[in-house]
Amino acid sequence: MKAMKPSRDVGVVGYGAYVPRFRLPSTEVSRVWSGTAAGGPVAAKSVPGLDEDVVTMSVEAVRSAVRRARIDPAAIGAVWVGSESHPYAVKPTGTIVAEAIGAVPATLAADLEFACKAGTEAIEAAIGLVGSGMTDYAVAVGMDTAQGRPGDALEYTAGAGGAAFVIGPAAESVAILEGSLSYVTDTPDFWRRQYALYPEHGARFTGVPAYFKHVGAAGRALMDALGTTAADYAHAVFHQPNTKFPTKAAKDLGFSAAQLRLGMLANEIGNTYAGAAILGFTAILDEAKPGDRVLVVSFGSGAGSDALSFRVTERITELPRDIPATRTYVARAVPLDYALYARNRRKIMVE
Amino acid sequence: MEVPRHWRTQSARYALEGTVCQRCGETSFPPRDLCSRCGSGEVIAKRLSGRGEIYSYSTVFQGPNGFAEYAPYLVALVRLAEGPLVAAQLTDVDPDAVQIGMPVEMVTRRLREDGPKGIVVYGYKFRPPLVAG
Repeated sequence: MKAMKPSRDVGVVGYGAYVPRFRLPSTEVSRVWSGTAAGGPVAAKSVPGLDEDVVTMSVEAVRSAVRRARIDPAAIGAVWVGSESHPYAVKPTGTIVAEAIGAVPATLAADLEFACKAGTEAIEAAIGLVGSGMTDYAVAVGMDTAQGRPGDALEYTAGAGGAAFVIGPAAESVAILEGSLSYVTDTPDFWRRQYALYPEHGARFTGVPAYFKHVGAAGRALMDALGTTAADYAHAVFHQPNTKFPTKAAKDLGFSAAQLRLGMLANEIGNTYAGAAILGFTAILDEAKPGDRVLVVSFGSGAGSDALSFRVTERITELPRDIPATRTYVARAVPLDYALYARNRRKIMVE
Repeated sequence: MEVPRHWRTQSARYALEGTVCQRCGETSFPPRDLCSRCGSGEVIAKRLSGRGEIYSYSTVFQGPNGFAEYAPYLVALVRLAEGPLVAAQLTDVDPDAVQIGMPVEMVTRRLREDGPKGIVVYGYKFRPPLVAG
């Protein structure tokens, strides 16, 4: 398989993160649904406040990305938001975000859906748009307030958060794209039908035929196409529905725990779906050094993976310091019990 | 249906867009067609910094229609860095932690919904700054 590369070099000019402050410890889910203190696959997951959704969370992440990019928002040529929890079924999240940051009216705006891969899909589209010269800056967001059916295995991990990127010319980038590769098949491992409140999933089927097949194939094929090996990367981040899956996928590709350390956030905030891999990428960029190579591999059910290889530039040392780091968002953890969680997620019928 | 009313005030609500008088320099929020200080019509729109401090605050236990589901919630008068005094909700802060004079920053949040089928109204609220300074 051949790596994708735009005709002009592009990269990440600015980036921003968002994670709500509330956490649901997994022991609360097991306490309510199995009567034990056993917990689940992560220690806790992030939970949005009553006044938060994918629009508000995207606005904050994009504002940080634009401030880091130090560009005029009017120069942004696209605002694309990938999510499976858009507040409206019809009416773009992208237009609200574009209006709030001052990118309107001369801009593209739309929403993307590809389960947990919608964020990197938005990045790929932005790479294409900027790489073709159609615009100088495009904003790509992956953000979710994920739905978990009460009592279901996914309730332990379905979290909230994500990241935003300003994709622009390589000369202005803090991380230049070396190439990317996408690996997609029709694999029904997880889905949510129209009007359904909660997703269905194939339990163990979500592992080998879905996550590991696509993440492994995309990661391997991109490194083969670029002539790199795991040893060439300072950091790697994989879609993280829990901590076990990305740890195993990384090991299979030859990566060590040390290479995963900065981008691994799932144990503290759960699975942020369309935000998961790219939120880890922002945590890496917060601490990366010039010359570092970073491999990002997403996974979206349905199913597919995008693998992207970046090289960090000197400009990473020149970023403004007054913008919240990803770890700042992760650290501001306010624990909820299950009752307050149920209220925050509007699971209590009041009318 | 309240669509036009919300749409008309979007710039002020989403981005704290006020007006600055070109004659006397006064900043107004919400935006005004005529300067509130000198009456001049020479005003231009300007996005304010979103930084300010709490002038006063209170807790709402019985919210009006559209806000009841958020109660109890904090409301405050915020003195913006540019001068205007703005009434807004506080968010991401515990009631015990709020003090007069406390620095805050603007964030965009859900204010209310126009019923289960209507539009979602987004707008400014304030929280303690995530990064000091």
